[in-house]
Amino acid sequence: MNEPKLTTIAELEDKCVDIRSNLLNFIYRIGMGHLGGELSIVEMAVALYYKYLNFDVMDPHKEGRDRFILSKGHCSETLYTIFSDQGAYTQDFMVEHFESLETYLFGMHSNRKRCPQIEVSAGSLGHGLPVSVGYALGARYRGENYRVICMIGDGEFDEGTNWEALMSGAHYRLNNLTCILDKNQLQMTGKTREIMNIDPVADKVRAFGWNVIEIEDGNNMAQVCAALDQLPERDCRTREKPTFIISNTVKGKGVSFMEGNHKWHGGGIGKEDLKIALADVAKMRKA
Amino acid sequence: MATKTTYDFDMMLSNAREAYGEELYKMAKEGKDFVFTYSDNVAPSSSAGKLLKEFPERCFNFGIAEADQVGASAGLALSGCVVFSQVFGPFLPLRAADQIHTDIAYNDVNVRLIGTHSGVTAGGGPTHNDIADLALYRAIPHLTVVVPADANQCCKFVRKSMDFVGPMVIRIDRAGSPDVYAGDYELEIGKAIETLEGTDAYIISCGSNLYECLMASRALEKECGLSIGVLDMHTVKPLDADAVVRAAEKTGNIVTVEDHSINGGLGGAVAEVLCETGYRGKFKRIGMPDEFAVLGSVDAIYHHYGMDRDGISAVLKKMLGR
Repeated sequence: MNEPKLTTIAELEDKCVDIRSNLLNFIYRIGMGHLGGELSIVEMAVALYYKYLNFDVMDPHKEGRDRFILSKGHCSETLYTIFSDQGAYTQDFMVEHFESLETYLFGMHSNRKRCPQIEVSAGSLGHGLPVSVGYALGARYRGENYRVICMIGDGEFDEGTNWEALMSGAHYRLNNLTCILDKNQLQMTGKTREIMNIDPVADKVRAFGWNVIEIEDGNNMAQVCAALDQLPERDCRTREKPTFIISNTVKGKGVSFMEGNHKWHGGGIGKEDLKIALADVAKMRKA
Repeated sequence: MATKTTYDFDMMLSNAREAYGEELYKMAKEGKDFVFTYSDNVAPSSSAGKLLKEFPERCFNFGIAEADQVGASAGLALSGCVVFSQVFGPFLPLRAADQIHTDIAYNDVNVRLIGTHSGVTAGGGPTHNDIADLALYRAIPHLTVVVPADANQCCKFVRKSMDFVGPMVIRIDRAGSPDVYAGDYELEIGKAIETLEGTDAYIISCGSNLYECLMASRALEKECGLSIGVLDMHTVKPLDADAVVRAAEKTGNIVTVEDHSINGGLGGAVAEVLCETGYRGKFKRIGMPDEFAVLGSVDAIYHHYGMDRDGISAVLKKMLGR
């Protein structure tokens, strides 16, 4: 497996500030995004891509790599920003090729046929977990030891296919499968619990036969790492419960006027808002 | 168009649904590497049962959850497997449409979706009829859609699909259907087979309906001396447009026959080709009209909607003024 790019909590926290800033600039330049959800997943995405995933953005189809599947595909700009930070693309290149008719390398919803760092094309919700179940089954069938990690949103969790996949993932005892629920408690038009309440989600998922790990603050890097440290070893022969991580996050995390405001689910950001947002994010830097 | 082949009027009944399972089993025994996902309706006692019994490590039951099954099949394919995925026909396109569209086709993976009990062959009424699938599949990019005419052709497609790149749907009916092809022949995906040459009209059909078309052609020859050609359009997508145009130019009379709604299926596909190439001849679609089917046996339903040899003959006679 690859050596982690960053190891300490402080390094990872510092990287989150870079990613948030770059993400905001990127969304400003392309004029569209889903900043609320994109900001809520930053700590988890940074922890995965800089420490826990065996994945090299410069060699994205390498055999034996861990597979990260972002089911909430509308938040893919966070991933593009990380790919850029890790050297795969410059931000200028990403802006030039964002939803460009000629190349369409990067889109609001990620496409694996265009962007090689993307494992599974996404957009329509409720797809990532069933596909991940199949991916994990395939890894076992082929005798390959890699992790399959799927991230879904709590609004997305309304989709019944997730619950079908919870059943099949547990039924096949897919120890090599992890699902991360980004529980930011907001979806497009309001509070998730008012639109369609999924709680008590931990009890429900546990009852479906998964091992549940709950992160009290999914925007706290130390807590995120403590959860990811508990992932099972990479061993496709082991047949145990799959892992479900509930990451309690804040939509729009780090930007004062976006936090907890569902109106920042989708759209672009203006120049004045960008200035405030970048100043807010800069305050998160500890070093 | 592929080479014309022989066909046998004294047909043996065979069952594609059983035969394809047997073929998968044979392929597994030969060492071909694939996995099999299936729904609860695949009984262990069926021919696929041998595969389930002897190769359990590569067979995955998803219960009654078609969307999960199709999504997981995409994941298996992304992990590097060739996947055969059997779903009860009507519930494949209707229950798992988004998964076929997004997980299978958009991701462009090597899954062979096998929809059994196609058209009205399942019995059990309109909930169990599969009359909208071709219309859906035709609108989804990357999908190749084949409708075998008999068990032997179904097995040929299953075997051929091992080396095929991209997603494919294999649509087969429920029960035994007559063997259409007597001898061996070349089968090419996307190339229609001219099972009968004709000078007065052509019937374009696919699946087990092809047999009734051949019977209608023979009856019309005996009764009225008509020469009715029959095209086996086994690949509905991509359609062999050249074969359609040749048949149209040769006779100026085209009839399509399919066990599917006349909206958007094979007939629709042929109509699009004819219109876009400036066809001025006669054209008629035979299939399920825009309604849920009457209740009855498959034969009764076919007869009711003129999808059997009598109905097909009647349409051709009217078209040709006989």
